[in-house]
Amino acid sequence: MPGRLSTIAAAVVFVAMAVPAHAATIQIMMENLEMSPKDASAKVGDTIEWINKDVFAHTATARNGDFDVNLPAKKSATFVLKKAGTVDYYCRYHPNMKATLKIEP
Amino acid sequence: MFVRWSAAIAAAILLSSPALLQGARAADKPTDPQIAHIAYTAGVIDINAAKQAQKKAKSKDVKAFAADMLRDHEAVNKQALALVKKLNVTPEDNDTSKALSKQASDKLAELDKLSGAAFDKAYVANEVAYHKTVNGALETQLIPSASNAELKNLLQTGLKIFQGHQQHAEHVAAELK
Repeated sequence: MPGRLSTIAAAVVFVAMAVPAHAATIQIMMENLEMSPKDASAKVGDTIEWINKDVFAHTATARNGDFDVNLPAKKSATFVLKKAGTVDYYCRYHPNMKATLKIEP
Repeated sequence: MFVRWSAAIAAAILLSSPALLQGARAADKPTDPQIAHIAYTAGVIDINAAKQAQKKAKSKDVKAFAADMLRDHEAVNKQALALVKKLNVTPEDNDTSKALSKQASDKLAELDKLSGAAFDKAYVANEVAYHKTVNGALETQLIPSASNAELKNLLQTGLKIFQGHQQHAEHVAAELK
């Protein structure tokens, strides 16, 4: 009996390891003209969700042109990461709002 | 000739800005009702400038910038009105507000005489100078003088927004060259 239990336990562990990690959703807040976290890490395939808590429209615009996401006041929007690299992004309307995404392969 | 004229306008704006700041300094330590009036007036001025630009601007980028100014300053002033209502404060007219309004109506009349690319350049140059002046007044005068914490907080958010506008205007100005 204990033997069978440990076999089941081993099987459960094996299944858990064999299933690839699901792509994550990473939330980044925009509040009071600040992005937080300012430095976020993610992997290719992950989704970034920007949540604009301000009464002002913002954008998340990559300096390298990889993305340009519009965030109307009090709305959120998402973008699925396709390329690895370190991307600096900012708000086109308020260029003093700046942040960085570290995207691993 | 045209370039020289724009340079003269730019110089005039640069020279007039410190005068505006001095206007803010002259009224020693404004009260909260006065600060609310100054901040609201400063917003209305930029809204009127944006409305003029939406009618007169030629460049797509300048039109878009004017729409951004209209949207943001209306949002800030809406918050300001909600706050004064909540705090039961009646904004109080004062010399700084009057000086700001006078300079702004002169500027509107001056810009009204221009058209096309000349208008675009002059409007954006004035937006850079105007936001710089307002940010200076917020930092050195209005924020330190505000006694109500919520008012101070709104002014600090305003400062961040307007610093953003200044950078945005500088970017648009650079693209126009």
